[in-house]
Amino acid sequence: MAKKRPAFYHFLGCVIPHRYPSVEKATKLVFEDLGMDLLDMVGATCCPAPGVFGSFDRVTWASIAARNLTIAEQGGYPITTGCNGCFASLWDSNYELKHDEELRKAVNENLAEIGREFKGSIEVTHYVDALYNTAGLPKIRKRVTHPLKGVRMALHPGCHWMRPKLLKQKDESERPHIFRELCEVSGAEYVPYKDELICCGAGGAVRTADVKVSLEFTKQKFDSLADAGGADIIVTPCPFCLLQLDLGQVEIQKYFGEEYVFDVMHVTELLALAFGHSPEEFGLGTHLQYMQRKSQPNWERLGIKV
Amino acid sequence: MIQASARSRCVTVTTTEEKPAVDVDDDVDLEFVEMIKKTGGPNIQNCYQCGTCSGSCPAGAFTNYLVRGIIRKALLGLKEEVISSPDLWFCTTCYACTDRCPQDVKPTDVIKAIRNVAVAEGYMLGPHQKVAAKVVEAAHAVPLDKESWQNLRVKVGLEPVPPNASGNPWAIDEIRKITKKSGFEKLIGYEEFMKAQKEKAKKKAEEKKSQKKE
Ligand code: SF4
Ligand code: SF4
Repeated sequence: MAKKRPAFYHFLGCVIPHRYPSVEKATKLVFEDLGMDLLDMVGATCCPAPGVFGSFDRVTWASIAARNLTIAEQGGYPITTGCNGCFASLWDSNYELKHDEELRKAVNENLAEIGREFKGSIEVTHYVDALYNTAGLPKIRKRVTHPLKGVRMALHPGCHWMRPKLLKQKDESERPHIFRELCEVSGAEYVPYKDELICCGAGGAVRTADVKVSLEFTKQKFDSLADAGGADIIVTPCPFCLLQLDLGQVEIQKYFGEEYVFDVMHVTELLALAFGHSPEEFGLGTHLQYMQRKSQPNWERLGIKV
Repeated sequence: MIQASARSRCVTVTTTEEKPAVDVDDDVDLEFVEMIKKTGGPNIQNCYQCGTCSGSCPAGAFTNYLVRGIIRKALLGLKEEVISSPDLWFCTTCYACTDRCPQDVKPTDVIKAIRNVAVAEGYMLGPHQKVAAKVVEAAHAVPLDKESWQNLRVKVGLEPVPPNASGNPWAIDEIRKITKKSGFEKLIGYEEFMKAQKEKAKKKAEEKKSQKKE
């Protein structure tokens, strides 16, 4: 008998569907290739951004997040999301609502207003979990038909998938390995650099409050990577980090007059390439860096002749 | 390739000459710690001021933001000083401090809790009010607010509007109901903000019109 295909409610959030749709498309291709179903979450909203809304009013943050959770609870499948921020909002609120009676009561009072109730019956995962745990590396390895041989790959794992580490229990946050193993399946060569694990600078409402301060973080990362000999691509599991590292290059040039040219990808885009999908198939060239600079990914360095 | 040159970084040394020392007898509010414990920072009193948090903090490397100092001030009851400082908003919530704090203070959660108090007492930065209003108005902090964003979706082979709230106005209604009920709209001054926005847009349109006439 054929095994049932794994299925997830696909939480899109804001940045993927509204600014980096190539990630949405690449994810659909990769999940399909791996025999995993993605179900639409009709009427889902902003997660809402954990460091932003969680900083303004915790109960409202948890209520809006819980509303998103109830959409998945109705169908009974786990959620998967490709954004560290969305993951943090949905995972944290799911956890906090299961453990904090007072918060749950306040949230359910708000949800009663729209005929919903948080029940705590589903799990929240990140694409990284779905790929690493549900599909598994052996299966992913089998799908790799176009390994990115010779491509020097730096990583930006970001913060909210694996931190706080005691709560999330995902990886050792000082020396993480799961995201790296997943990316290495693509055949690209991992390049370590000193500031790999520091934040991109966008979170916690800092990008909104003061974009220049947020870019200081980004610049430090780029400089640290340059000191390590540079890389051809930077891979991240988060579209907000992607935006900061990709569009951030244009902004750094504008504010600080320094030019960096990195191709930055979401991990599902990296896998889509390794699975043999052409970059046009999911629109890699639509990243905001390329749109604004009227440039293109460095195809030659990526080993892709277009 | 990358240009690794010209790395200027500003180093600021703060002395009591530039910035007077904090008088800890002034304006002490001992309720403040209780408020923080309630709004999400229950372990704040565990702090023994080792400084591991600030030593791990990228925000502290670029700004005057000092997480250890904020926690100390909060424990001393210096509420106004803490909640009115714009520095409070430089934490990116990266949780590096939380993963390293030997006393399980969870400094990130403490900072978020203090921000909740700050907002409740009227200290919200303009850009933050704007993004908060976006979620109430469009149910997305980063909305699909231009045709060009829809075109980008079509370009990559997706439907122009995703199945989220962008194509489902009833979802926005639900968010409005939640934010009304929770008091969030009042908290961020939503109605006044939207009115001001509308007036601004109207003025701009009128200016454009009169310019055209000239
Ligand atoms: S690391 Fe923990 S105990 Fe040490 S100063 Fe920071 S909050 Fe206090
Ligand atoms: S969470 Fe905030 S306070 Fe803690 S290290 Fe990161 S930026 Fe600093």
